[in-house]
Amino acid sequence: MDRRTPDVTSEADLSPGQGALIEFRDVAKSFAGPKGQEILAVRDLNVTVGRGKFIALLGPSGCGKSTLLNMAAGMFRPSAGTVFYGGEPVDSLNTRTGYMTQNDHLLPWRDVIGNISIPLEVRRMPRAEAHERIGTLMDLVGLTGFESSYPSQLSGGMRKRVALARLLAYDPETLLLDEPFAALDAQLRLAMQGQLLRICHQLKKTVLFVTHDLDEAAALADRIIVFSARPGTIRAIVKSPLPRDRDLLRLRHDPDYIRLTADLWDLIAPMAAAQTGSEGHAT
Amino acid sequence: MTAPNLNIHLFRGLFLVAFLAVWEGGSGWLVPEYFVSRPSIIFLNLWEWASDGSLFFHAGITAIEAFAGFIVGGTAGMTFGLLLGRSRFLADLFEPFIMAFYSLPKVALAPLFVLWLGIGIEMKIVLTAAVVFFLVFLNTYTGVRNVSRELVTILRLMGATEGQLLTKVVLPSAITWVFAGLRISVPYALIGAIVGELIASNRGLGYLLSSSAGQFNTGGVFAALAATMALAFILNVAVKYAEKAAMPWKAADGDREVAI
Repeated sequence: MDRRTPDVTSEADLSPGQGALIEFRDVAKSFAGPKGQEILAVRDLNVTVGRGKFIALLGPSGCGKSTLLNMAAGMFRPSAGTVFYGGEPVDSLNTRTGYMTQNDHLLPWRDVIGNISIPLEVRRMPRAEAHERIGTLMDLVGLTGFESSYPSQLSGGMRKRVALARLLAYDPETLLLDEPFAALDAQLRLAMQGQLLRICHQLKKTVLFVTHDLDEAAALADRIIVFSARPGTIRAIVKSPLPRDRDLLRLRHDPDYIRLTADLWDLIAPMAAAQTGSEGHAT
Repeated sequence: MTAPNLNIHLFRGLFLVAFLAVWEGGSGWLVPEYFVSRPSIIFLNLWEWASDGSLFFHAGITAIEAFAGFIVGGTAGMTFGLLLGRSRFLADLFEPFIMAFYSLPKVALAPLFVLWLGIGIEMKIVLTAAVVFFLVFLNTYTGVRNVSRELVTILRLMGATEGQLLTKVVLPSAITWVFAGLRISVPYALIGAIVGELIASNRGLGYLLSSSAGQFNTGGVFAALAATMALAFILNVAVKYAEKAAMPWKAADGDREVAI
């Protein structure tokens, strides 16, 4: 049997040209620190994301993965370089993207149904159609029975599900997901990951998925971009050998998955070791 | 916010009875009756006014003044608060003028309003509105300014228009502040109405107050004060109910178990 091998490169060769939807070209971003000094968050970013691809951004906390999503959404511009979306430079809020941040940002004065229906109201979807769609989404993320609960009455995991349902309700072309499942328990996370993969492949969504969980990145993505610690820059881009219609429940028995996670581990471990070293616990 | 149980009601009742008893017994003995009157006399006064209908007439006048001023001042305060809260330019433009007027004791405007509007009910309404306006304005303004920018951005990403942002995020988010402004405005609305009546009028609880004092009727003064207190209580309860109806999620928040 032909062994599919993870393809590790340091080049940004993610299907450039035809299908490219998002492109980061020589992007760097720095923020003003507490004392007015410049803090470099990310540098030398060159990434091309093909339409319909599921890309995971993997790296330690504070390495600028979220900064990348923010720039794709047009929240702010890079300090250097350009972000392109659909061939155009992103210079204002990018309404073709939907963002799910680490904080769920639900509207506290609306119940679950009200929160999920916000994007549909914005788009002035007819009430009956909206109602049906919300019902489907509630089932999908397992919120049935909590229709009229307010966010303050829900647990963190439940709020995440509401935020995900809201994001799926407005059906944007590109999903920017910032550790969306971090607060969920293992079973629910697995179920949600499966749903997400299915939905994204079915509806041909382009996804940028930020995570610090190696297994999650390996399980979901078509390609995994590994970040170094701050200032964040791309350490490697790993092409997943797994097929798109993968079975998440069987992954742990898949030798390709095992090799992929091992390869990712080898990329991340030296960084972790270096970090420990710099803190004075060097071996 | 726990529901007061039976015990606390009992103790409150006991305290009130003890207080009135000391007042009744001490009057004329500890303190001259001329200064503090007596609960029994005050009650008789109230009874008299109630039975000839004058209590409800005067209380009604004051209530109308306070209520109308509350609505006018509150609406204007909310509108301007919203406008200036959403527009940096307008806020910068008007800030020094508003602060100048805010520092002015509004009661000092009463003589001017008498000149403009006479001593009728309109003058009291305008005075009340002037007092209420600033309280509601400042609260609404702060509320609008405190709207989470993240929420606004999330809605913008969904493609929301400025109008949709206003109705779906800014207003509901600022409403907590608006109601805080309205709640603290209730006693001030009564200040406006009563002070207006004290200055110049021939009706209203303020008139009852000053005419009783003019006749050295201490019992009447206290009776008018008690009626004013009752009116304030009713207005407070009304605002509280409006608040609960406008913000059901707050009630849900209050009922929830605290967990950290």
